[in-house]
Amino acid sequence: MNKALYQLTIAGESAVMVYFEQKMAADIAGLVRQAAPLIRQALGPHLLELLPSYASVMVVFNPFSCDHFQVQQLLTQALSSLTAGNNQPGRCIELPVYYSEQSGPDLALIAKTKQLSIDEVITLHQQQRYQVYAIGFAPGFAYLGAVAEQLAMPRLATPRAKVPRGAVAIADRQTAVYPAVSPGGWNLIGLCPTPMFQPHSEPAMPLAVGDEVQFVAISKQQFLALGGQL
Amino acid sequence: MSHFSVVNPGVLSLIQDQGRFGYSQLGLTNGGPLDAGSANWANALLGNNANASVIECSIGGLQLKAHGASSFCVTGASLSLTVNGKPTAMWRSHSVQAGDIIELGMVSQGLRAYLAVAGGFGLTPHFGSTATVMREGIGGLQQNGGKLQAGDILPITVSAPLPGRQLAPALQPGFNYSNGLSLRIVEGYQQQLFSSVQRQRFYLNRYTVTPQADRMGVKLSGPAIQCASHSLLSEGICYGAVQIPPDGQPIVLLNDRQTLGGYPKIGSVLSLDCWQLAQAPAGTLLQFVKIDPQQAHNALLLHQARYQRLLATINAAGAADDHP
Repeated sequence: MNKALYQLTIAGESAVMVYFEQKMAADIAGLVRQAAPLIRQALGPHLLELLPSYASVMVVFNPFSCDHFQVQQLLTQALSSLTAGNNQPGRCIELPVYYSEQSGPDLALIAKTKQLSIDEVITLHQQQRYQVYAIGFAPGFAYLGAVAEQLAMPRLATPRAKVPRGAVAIADRQTAVYPAVSPGGWNLIGLCPTPMFQPHSEPAMPLAVGDEVQFVAISKQQFLALGGQL
Repeated sequence: MSHFSVVNPGVLSLIQDQGRFGYSQLGLTNGGPLDAGSANWANALLGNNANASVIECSIGGLQLKAHGASSFCVTGASLSLTVNGKPTAMWRSHSVQAGDIIELGMVSQGLRAYLAVAGGFGLTPHFGSTATVMREGIGGLQQNGGKLQAGDILPITVSAPLPGRQLAPALQPGFNYSNGLSLRIVEGYQQQLFSSVQRQRFYLNRYTVTPQADRMGVKLSGPAIQCASHSLLSEGICYGAVQIPPDGQPIVLLNDRQTLGGYPKIGSVLSLDCWQLAQAPAGTLLQFVKIDPQQAHNALLLHQARYQRLLATINAAGAADDHP
């Protein structure tokens, strides 16, 4: 019964992929969120790395304490309690955003392309809670989705050499907050003053895979008061 | 506390320990020595913990000055090693006194050399590891992902000189790849997306190491491999994974790879062979050899058993004769 929910595939000498149905969807993200602690508990000290993403969990084990046979057994046992549709909602984290043409240089382009007003773009971006599907690309970079169809914008043809820290951005039906200054090709719509990755703090990140995010518009004054920089 | 200072960092010198594990869910990669086999020997010959911090010197040129008595050992890529200008053997522990200058020349075979000191460099871990990942700004001497620079101070923890111990030349790994290199690969991930014709092409042809090779991975060139699908949901990438981007030219992903990726992967290269790949210069010819997961596990355990046996022999033999 549960077998149909996932599939185990070898990835390397000491790595296994737990694959779910390959789609970006809240119910699949719910299965990933259910599976991660079950796997952590079942593998115990054998586990070196556990990496959840959109529709998979990568499991890396210590090859000097167990092998693929044993890991497959442990995973099959642990995942037998997975239940579709039985997903506890994750935490919901509110992230403030200063949306403006000053802080979001691509707002006007999105509005024009999608035949919306700038205010409509800002409202649509806040209109739903987003799922944290994956964290990667750079430390603290969280892939959030799914953005309303009306806001889906392709990546820029030429990526910017320098996207500012805290930039809130859209690419296709995904959105994200850049944790640090980096090159990037996503469309920028605002700035978030909340640090997304602090390498010398505990916890280093406000978000984890499985959480939900609600963006909330703030004024320029509030942005500056929260430590934001323009 | 005593220390070594960096007189010249050479081409690229980075602090590494065995790597950073358990933080991939924050987007942090593993890091660690590209040739872990050589790095392990540098620590082992000094009696260090296997996770002690070492310096990975790529291409060569590192110069250090000792500011107290200690012992050190250099392993990995062949290069001319001197102490105060006097030729000194690699794969062997040596004692140094305050004022001594250790100099690594340029590599002649292989690409990365490892320098360890007795007791390891005394550095503060960052996310559980001192491994330097420049792209992430994580780890290293200042916990900011920085490479070593002239004037850097590297604290050392043990000052008592240790007896010289060496790995006999016949037992040292070789880095001569003029006859090519075989990479054993465990098939996995999206292997079913590659047709049998494409898989045959992958195993029957030779690929060349290109200059696009760094701590993230090694791009190869050769007959292009086609895949039934190019766009996947991003997923975890393990060490050694062989990614096939739309141009069909394989990339073997190493220590500093991005944690997630969406290109199809045909399988993963055995760790023992990734260490060799990281020592292979551009132009080296490669051939992939398919092994099953049981053979891969056997190879790892046999390697570990051989390593432990050699180490036990060296420990029992004690100090090597202390003359050149």
